Amino acid sequence: MLGEKRIRGIAERVLAASEADETEVVIFGLEERLTRFANNFIHQNVAETNVAAVVRVALGKRVGTATTNDLSDVGLERAVEQATAAARLSPEDPDYPGLPEPTPVEPVEAFDERTAAYTPADRARDVGAICRQAEAKGVTASGAFRTSVHEFAVANSHGLFAYHPTTIADLTTVVMADDSAGYAAGASWKVEEVDGVGLGAEAIERALRGRNPQPLEPGTYPVVLEAYAVADIVAFITQMAGAMLVSEGRSWMTGRQGERLMSPLISIWDDGRDPAGWPLPFDFEGMPRRRVDIVREGVVGEPVYDRRWARKEGKTSTGHALPLSNPLSPWLSGGAAGPLPLHPVMGAGEHAVEEMIASVSRGLYVTRFHYTRMVHPRDAVITGMTRDGTFLIEDGEITVPVKNLRFTQSYVEALASVEMVGRVLRRQRTGLGILRAPALKLSAFRFTGATTF
Amino acid sequence: MKEWTDLALDTARAKGATYADIRIVHRRVQQVSVRNGAVDLLAEHETVGFGVRVVADGAWGFSSSSRLTREEVQRVAAEAVAIAQASATVGKEPVDLGPPEVHVDTYRTPFEIDPFGVSLEEKLALLLAADEAMRRVKGVRVARGNLVAQRERKTFASTEGSYIEQEITEVGGGIVAYAVDETEIQQRSYPNSFGRDQRTGGWEIVQAMDLPGNAERIASEAVALLTADPCPCEVTTLILGPTQLALQVHESCGHPTELDRVLGAEAAYAGTSFLTPDKLGAFRYGSPVVNLTADATVPGGLGTFGYDDEGVPAQRVPLVREGIFVGYLTSRETAVQLAKMRGEDPERARSGGAMRASGWNRIPLIRMTNINLEPGEWTFDDLIADTEHGIYMETNRSWSIDDKRLNFQFGTEIAYEIRHGRMVRLLKNAIYTGITPEFWGSCDAVCNVDHWRVWGTPNCGKGQPGQVAHVGHGVAPARFRNVQVGVMVN
Ligand SMILES: [Zn+2]
Repeated sequence: MLGEKRIRGIAERVLAASEADETEVVIFGLEERLTRFANNFIHQNVAETNVAAVVRVALGKRVGTATTNDLSDVGLERAVEQATAAARLSPEDPDYPGLPEPTPVEPVEAFDERTAAYTPADRARDVGAICRQAEAKGVTASGAFRTSVHEFAVANSHGLFAYHPTTIADLTTVVMADDSAGYAAGASWKVEEVDGVGLGAEAIERALRGRNPQPLEPGTYPVVLEAYAVADIVAFITQMAGAMLVSEGRSWMTGRQGERLMSPLISIWDDGRDPAGWPLPFDFEGMPRRRVDIVREGVVGEPVYDRRWARKEGKTSTGHALPLSNPLSPWLSGGAAGPLPLHPVMGAGEHAVEEMIASVSRGLYVTRFHYTRMVHPRDAVITGMTRDGTFLIEDGEITVPVKNLRFTQSYVEALASVEMVGRVLRRQRTGLGILRAPALKLSAFRFTGATTF
Repeated sequence: MKEWTDLALDTARAKGATYADIRIVHRRVQQVSVRNGAVDLLAEHETVGFGVRVVADGAWGFSSSSRLTREEVQRVAAEAVAIAQASATVGKEPVDLGPPEVHVDTYRTPFEIDPFGVSLEEKLALLLAADEAMRRVKGVRVARGNLVAQRERKTFASTEGSYIEQEITEVGGGIVAYAVDETEIQQRSYPNSFGRDQRTGGWEIVQAMDLPGNAERIASEAVALLTADPCPCEVTTLILGPTQLALQVHESCGHPTELDRVLGAEAAYAGTSFLTPDKLGAFRYGSPVVNLTADATVPGGLGTFGYDDEGVPAQRVPLVREGIFVGYLTSRETAVQLAKMRGEDPERARSGGAMRASGWNRIPLIRMTNINLEPGEWTFDDLIADTEHGIYMETNRSWSIDDKRLNFQFGTEIAYEIRHGRMVRLLKNAIYTGITPEFWGSCDAVCNVDHWRVWGTPNCGKGQPGQVAHVGHGVAPARFRNVQVGVMVN
């Protein structure tokens, strides 16, 4: 880990090397350690140490970008030159909002020394405990346990500087029996809150209960969705809650703000400052993150904004600018996605999962969705499979495990049919954030196909 | 480079590694994208670093860093060994890589016009011309265009004595138009969805695409789709156009033949596979016209290279022959495991050369190379003319498949109803679904070599931490009988 002083030094070297009208540098520092296991042993075990800078320069309203992880003077100067050369060629961008003046950001603590210091031996001990539990029950465990240190910094030529060091631990596990599987996952910026043994036991229990699954006719059923499945719904719903997608007509929110579209039990928001998630108090322009209510008791609320889209639409930034490029992610986007929420939450309700199951006369309990993809954006129609623990509910009790089903379902309509909301929020890591979601009971969910296992 | 590779391998050995390799990778990417007449991104990306992979105490360890200094190379090599030793505390069978692979060589993908020699002005002008042509079509809300040039230089060295230098140059490009009205959103992409098609080679790839020349056509198609009839819900004959067929091959043949996945290595993430080792050489995967091959040597393929990332030469490996499942994508370790499972001599087990890492900071995993559906006999016109009643679908819009790669459902951007041997009616929101071996078993015609080319899939995800691979698929349009189409209620 570089620390604030050295990160500031990198930023100053970039700013000093630039002769552009405006210059911005976003710095990503990463120490990522990940232990992967399968068939009850560790088969992959990796570490990465990386620091990268994204340089953006503006000549008037002409903008260019360069990314590098060569932090030598030569490397940083080359990045500034490349960004400047790109800016010179670029036509004027009429919507370029300029870089922000220094804006105060209240810090949020999200750095845990124990997580930062977690060793390969520590992770092997925790993973080993899951594998031994599984072995004792005659099933096979697989999964990944990651403990990382991130540093984020934004600096610009107007004097803005923001720095946030943070830790993250996340564990996912799938346990397989002969003809069934179970899943569990957790995440926190404090490794002590990721209970490997407990998650392993949860996945093992699901796998054992799922043995000998029976085929079930596809159709529309009431469902109890475990928080893992609900996380997928919250992810799709919030990934379309950016001002650009809404403006382009490519979101379920387009033209529907203020309408009651979902059950009054449903509230969804984004909060980058909540220490119960994985806080990051500023966005990638250095603006403070604000809580945004995307759905308020079933009523469509606001999309999130960066400064560009705020300026276009006469709003203020909510602190949701994404990096122009994320040098630590292998994805190379086809261009900016516009502002997006990174810290989504679906509000908790008052029911236990057992109460939801007890309220269903004939329906399904679904642990998790797999390979979900957008079929149509207007109503967020999604297709995907169930996975790792799907069960039939009869007369208020789980009776038999069922083979996995394919669904093709509008997530907006699904959230309109919510009858009960779980009282516990579970945390799942999603890229640069943690998403929190409860279990849900829905009156109807449309399964359109079936598979053979 | 040799001083760095020697230092890493010597350090790893001294710390107790029984095998070690190092990859030093420099990647440069230039990206130009435009949206509605304005520049979205004009960017140069550069990443450099090294990764050291070791076996110690019979288990794997890997560490990587962006800082290429003497102290850091030593620290990272030692850390890789310490990580392997931690792995060994929750270990099983010691890693067996089979016979050594010793190669000293250099390789580069050929190109006619260096894409980094073409000015940014020219690239930008090309995209803006296509963008303008798309937006001239009334009803287009958003137009986007995208160009990518990438050059990766990598050095591989191992304690077995390999030293391989490679240079891979890729070029990609594409445009997309979105049409929106009160109730409907439609998109059309060219030449492929996901922003671009991509190949190894030079700027000549983008010149051949003629993005401006296709812009008005795809924009008009997007607008026409707004008012098109929805795809009916029925069981019918399906003809897949080339890029959708490429994705079908990718998901239902490429991924399930990855042997690491078959053996459980991806169980917790992407899943496993229905193509279990007991099926090898015996299972009917498709009809007799179905021949699938993994070919890392095909010119211009996005999955084309000289050596994979554990230093094994590029190969051509049959996966399906006349419909029978006959081969896997393999690594050194999984080739040995498979031989042992089948009672064959592990000393003679050789990797098929499919281990690829998405960068210096990732371990190689079994990845697709170019997974090709071999050409058949038909001309495309004859195929349509020979079809009494059916649907033609092209350009992927959504894709989903279960975790053993059996039940799939794909949606396409565009479709046409076929009646009495002619394409007669435009259809929107087309979807088809099936079970992999039933679907390929229903394939009764594949178009000939004149219609065959390699398409690039630059967005194949796998592994934890995530890796995105660039893979290729050679295909010609093909026909499938008795397919369920249309699932969504429109
Ligand atoms: Zn893939």
